[in-house]
Order: sequence, then structure tokens, then C-alpha cells
Amino acid sequence: MNLLAGAFPPDSGEMRLDGRAFAPRGEAEARRLGVTHIHQELSLCPHLSVAENVLLGAEPSRRGWLDARAMEARATELLAELGRESLDPRRRVEELGLPDRQAVEICRALAADARIVLMDEPTSRLPRESVARLFEAIRRMRARGLAVLYVSHFLEEVREIADRYTVLRDGCSVATGPLSEVTDAQLVERMLGHAMESLSKGSARAARTAGEVLLQAEDLALPPRLVSASLSLRRGEILGVAGLVGSGRTDLVRCLFGLERPAAGRIRLRDKEVPISALSSGAQIRAGVGFLSEDRQREGLALPMSIADNVTLTRLRAVAHGGWIDLPRQAARAEEATRPLRLRSAGPRTPVHRLSGGNRQKVAVARLLNQDPDVLLLDEPARGVDIGAREDIFREIAALAAGGKAVLMVSSYVPELLEVCDTIAVMRRGRLSPARPVAAWTAESILEEAVGGG
Amino acid sequence: MAERTAPASGRTRLARALGPAAGLITVAVFFALLTGAPERYLSGANLRVVLAQTVIVGLGAIGMTLVMISGGIDLSVGATVALTGVITALALRDGASPAAAAALGVAAGGAVGLVNGLAITGLRIVPFIATLGMLGVARGAAKYFAGEQSVNPPPTWLNGLAVTFPSRKWMLVAPGVWITLALAVAMAVVLRRTVFGRRVFAVGSNEAAARACGIAVDRVKVAVYAAGGLFFGLAGVTQMSRLRQGDPTVAVGLELDVIASVVIGGGSLSGGEGSVAGSLIGALIMSMLRNGCQQMGWPTYVQEIIIGVIIVLAVAADRWRASRAEE
Repeated sequence: MNLLAGAFPPDSGEMRLDGRAFAPRGEAEARRLGVTHIHQELSLCPHLSVAENVLLGAEPSRRGWLDARAMEARATELLAELGRESLDPRRRVEELGLPDRQAVEICRALAADARIVLMDEPTSRLPRESVARLFEAIRRMRARGLAVLYVSHFLEEVREIADRYTVLRDGCSVATGPLSEVTDAQLVERMLGHAMESLSKGSARAARTAGEVLLQAEDLALPPRLVSASLSLRRGEILGVAGLVGSGRTDLVRCLFGLERPAAGRIRLRDKEVPISALSSGAQIRAGVGFLSEDRQREGLALPMSIADNVTLTRLRAVAHGGWIDLPRQAARAEEATRPLRLRSAGPRTPVHRLSGGNRQKVAVARLLNQDPDVLLLDEPARGVDIGAREDIFREIAALAAGGKAVLMVSSYVPELLEVCDTIAVMRRGRLSPARPVAAWTAESILEEAVGGG
Repeated sequence: MAERTAPASGRTRLARALGPAAGLITVAVFFALLTGAPERYLSGANLRVVLAQTVIVGLGAIGMTLVMISGGIDLSVGATVALTGVITALALRDGASPAAAAALGVAAGGAVGLVNGLAITGLRIVPFIATLGMLGVARGAAKYFAGEQSVNPPPTWLNGLAVTFPSRKWMLVAPGVWITLALAVAMAVVLRRTVFGRRVFAVGSNEAAARACGIAVDRVKVAVYAAGGLFFGLAGVTQMSRLRQGDPTVAVGLELDVIASVVIGGGSLSGGEGSVAGSLIGALIMSMLRNGCQQMGWPTYVQEIIIGVIIVLAVAADRWRASRAEE
């Protein structure tokens, strides 16, 4: 998507537009040539009006003076083409909701005389009822002769809006053709790939026995993404949460850890009710809950700080005397916590930004080991990590569960869940399915549950 | 929700300007009552004093509004004012006509801004650091040109630019006040009604989006700092005229007053917001406060504390209004 839109150049291969080589040196140039990218995170100027955003960079003017009337007229015209006449072109974009902002961004593509529109998961953050209006807009674009490239995980959406499909798996396009000639089951199979079926199930799972319930959630909700999730997590259990990006998995974990305050629902920890109003990450850490963020760059780690600082951050008191940090002890603690993960570094004083992705993730996991919580909430513990590091991390997670910890693990990678977890629940559009033992699932059934196909 | 007929942006803009205006009225009423002599505090003579004292900060605030809407900041205002004041005084001493000397001072301010803009875009330095560096360079240059002492030019009509009581009675207030007002109107029109003005807002609002729409972001930024510099240069000429000499050590910390004016007037340090009218009202609020405190005979440290509190409260009130508007 980014390559097509000109955000950065490809390492190899070539693109052709109208039969001529297409190598834009930036998004602006791609836009001039008629290729426009509608970002998942929309790129509008919140302080400007709808009309100003639609015509940004191509404002109607006379010798530098804005022609406000022409601008509003043109914006109104374009909005009408999308069936959005009700949107006032003079409103400031920051006052608009997401569906309207998306309409503004699409109008901007039309205003730039786009011929190819790239849409990346445009419905992932939309409320359900707005999707129909988006599809209406897409159909109108098609009727005008525009080509639309629509990226989505949802089979039903693809069925509804697309004419032809291409399946991408692990960075390769594996299948393409008209949608009318393929069944949902075939699509799921192509998304998974046949190689996955040979993966030995449960080989890494040691004999673990589930103990008492540590963490319980009832009907947790955090609009717009998380609609309703209930679960219970036992000692010695690894519960996997599958589901698509944007389905509400991350919101669930963040609610459980107190980083977001759920709009509804109840949380119980060790049979004690945690009042939603008193829910905070500090309190959850003190109550023995640990959290691994899916975004280690921005949230998970303090990159310029050392390994030792990062590992001991959640329990600095344990390596301090009266507020003074005992540096040798801090380093020893960090060594201790990183050893089972086989972290490769030049020592505990190495800044984390010098480490590879896999080793950074090991530092984040080591912090959990050092914190020693009873309940571990792991969001994508193996994202962007090489195979060796993945093995080290999952071996340690299994050991923790065997030692009586309760682990909840979110992952986008289904084979990983099947390999590591005892029970799996699937999140689909903000609703969490009941957890079932891993033996009751197959890769196909998880994916079908998640995308709602078949 | 999408169908809701919302207020047009004109009305929200008015609501935004009302906050600072209400603040100005509050300050005026407060001191009018506190001094026990409203007819003196709000007299024509005293208002003329206040307005004449506001010219320098006001001119700076117009330039800073432009810079801050684009998402930038300029810390070199005070040093630029000192440098351009010295240059104007030197030109006068060496026999230049008053008009030529003033033009040279303004142009020098523009040149300083141009260098700021080129450093920010060319060397990819954040504006805070680039202009912090310029703060030192311009102050040092002012002292070098002035030979580390004040430059005393022969008296010319330039000295009447910001006097409290203009020599021609029909002017009512100092010519500098009228110049400031005229430039403020011009800047407001440029910001609202020209392509350049809208692009300044776009760059400050979402730089990545502006770039993706084919706007030459770097060129806009250079123009913004250079234009801001012209205003700081004019403020320097005014400073020279008030002191009747070019003093290289004057206006230390002026940039903070100027930034405070813009912020009190609704400008945001993260760009995309601000209005010339709001910034001028912000500058007036601070002058009225200083003047009121002086009339009460309060020591300067009281003024400093009050102005500090006002800045924080003004921004807090703006945040509060914004969060209520969202609901």
C-alpha cells in the first residue's frame, strides 16, 4: 500500500501506471499522477474547514486570494457525489466524527482527480451503521470510472464491495481472481496456506493443571470497538485471544490492566471485585497484574534508557535504599531476569535502542519476570520478533504457567496460539466468544470465527 | 450525529475570541474599581499610556501569531529587537534619512527571520533550538555593532513613533498604535483570505497531510519566519524611537511577553490555532495589568506573579472550553 502510494520506494520490482513505469518520489507526486491513499489514520487538518481540507493544495484563488465561494461550491458538489450533501463544508474538521472525516478524505481524492484510490482497512474504526454509507460512496466512485483497491480482513465486506480479489500471505501475493469464482472456504484456505496444517499442535505444551480462577471479567465494554467480553483466567492456564486487528482485543487487555476505563462490565481479581472507578494501572500492578504492550517502541519500553532501567522500572523500590538506586543490585536483578530469555547484549547498561527487535521484546518480557505478577496480560508477545527469540519467549511463558501463573495472550498469528495456549477465545467485532480448549479448535475454525465467513 | 446541524465555523471562531475579550474587560473593571478612581484609570490619557506601551509587544505578537499558527516558535524576538534598534540608530547617526533607517531596521529583522527559517528547514533543527541559537547570535551582533554601548542618533521624527501624546492632536494616539492596528488588520486578512494564510494553518494543523497534498511545507515555513522577522524588526525600530537611542541590552525576555500574548489570545504551542485579534487583546491584557499595578503602587514582583497566574489560567480556561465543546 505504502509503495503504491509513493510513501517510500520499493527495494525491488517495478510498478506501471497506464503502461508506463511508475516510480513516484513521494505521496504528493503519486497524487499528481492520480494515485491517492486513504490512510487508516486519516490525514486531515483538524483546524481547517471541510471545504479547505477537500481542496488543500489546490485551492481556487485569484492572485493568491482565496475564492471562498468557489471553494465551498466545489466541496458541496463533491460531497453530493458521495451522497453526503448534509455535511456543511464550512464546519471545522475537528468537530466531525470519524465517518464524516473519512468522507472528507475521499472527497479530497476526488478533488485531486484521482483515478486509483487505495483504501486500507477503511471500516476498521467505523461503527457498523456507517459502513453502508461508505460502501455507497465506493460504489459511486466505481460508477465514475475510478479504480479502488480495498484492503480488508473481513470476507463479508470483500464479498459485498469487491469485484476481484488478491490474497496476500506473509508478504507474498498467493492468489488472485474474480470473487464470483471462489468460495469463502477457499479464500480462508488461501489466507492460511497449506503449510500451516502440518504444524504439530501442542508440542510445546507441558503438562499443566489449571488451578483456581484468578481474574474474571463480565461483559466488559469500551465503545466503539469493544462491545462485550467475558472471560475467566485460571492459575496455570494460558488463554489465547484470537481476532483481527481492530476487533477489540487490545481494548480488552487494556481495560483489564486499567489503562482504559471500561464503559460497562465488572472485573474480579482473586474473587474480589475491582471497582471500575478505582481501576488504574498502578493499582493493578500492586495487585499482581503484569502487562506487555503490543507497541514496544512507543509504550512498552523507554528506548534511550538502559536494559537494567527498563527491566526494573515496575519495581524500582526493590533495588533502592531510601530512594537511592543501588546500581550494582539493579544490574544484578536485570541479569537475573534476562538470563532465562537468553538476551544477547553488551551488558545491563546497554541502552535498549541499540538492541534488535527480538532482544528488545526480551527486555520487555524480562520486566514482567522481574515484576513477578500472578496474572500476565500479553498483547502480541512475539510481534516483529525473529524465530529464535520467539522460541525463547514462548518457552519462558510456558514455564511461567507451569509455575502457577495465569497468562492471557493476544495474537494475530493463529498457529502460535494453537501451539502455546491451553484455551482459546475469539474476538469478532468487539464480542468475545466463549473460551474452548485448544483441541476443540483448528486454524480454519478460528479464522472463520474471526472473519465471520463460511 | 452526522446529520446534526452544527454551528458554522464562524460562530465558533467568535466564541473563541470572546474569551480573551472577556478577560480584558474583567481586568479593566477590576482595576477601575480597585484604584477607586475609574475616571482616572479609564481616562483617555491613561488609555493612551497603555496603548503606547503595548505597541512593541503588539507588533511582536502579530509576527509571533503567524509563526505559532504554523506550529513553530521564535525565541529570538528580544535579541532581534535589540539588533534592529541598534542598526536603525547607527544608520541615523551615519546620516541616513529617518525613513531609510527605519526600512533598514525592518529589513534586518526580516533577514534574521529568514536565517531562522532556513536553519529550521535546511538543517532540520526544531524551531525552539534554532531560534534559541539566534537569540544568542543576534544579541551578540547587536553588542558588536553598537560597540557595547548605547548608540545616540540625532533626534528625528522617528522619535515620535510611539510617544504617549502625539504632536498632532487629531491623531488621538501615537502613530505607532495606528500602524500596529493597520498591520494587524492586514495580517488577519492574509491569514483568513489568502492561499498562503490557509497553508500556514494547514502546516501547523497537520504537517504530514499538508505535504501529502503537495504543499511546499519548507517554503511556507521560511516565508513565515521571514515575515515574522519583519514585524520584530518594526518592533525594534519602535523600541529605538521610544528610548531615543539604540541600546543593545534592551528587550531581554521580550519574547516571553510576546508568546504569552499569543497564548492568552487563544494561540496554541502545537500550531493550527491563533488569531491576530486574540493576540493583540492578550498584549493589552498584560499592559492593563502592569498599568493597574503601577497605579496601585504595587511592587513589580506582584505584577510578575499576577501575569504568571493569568497565563496559566487563560490556557486552562481554553482547554476547559475545548473539552466542553467536544461533549
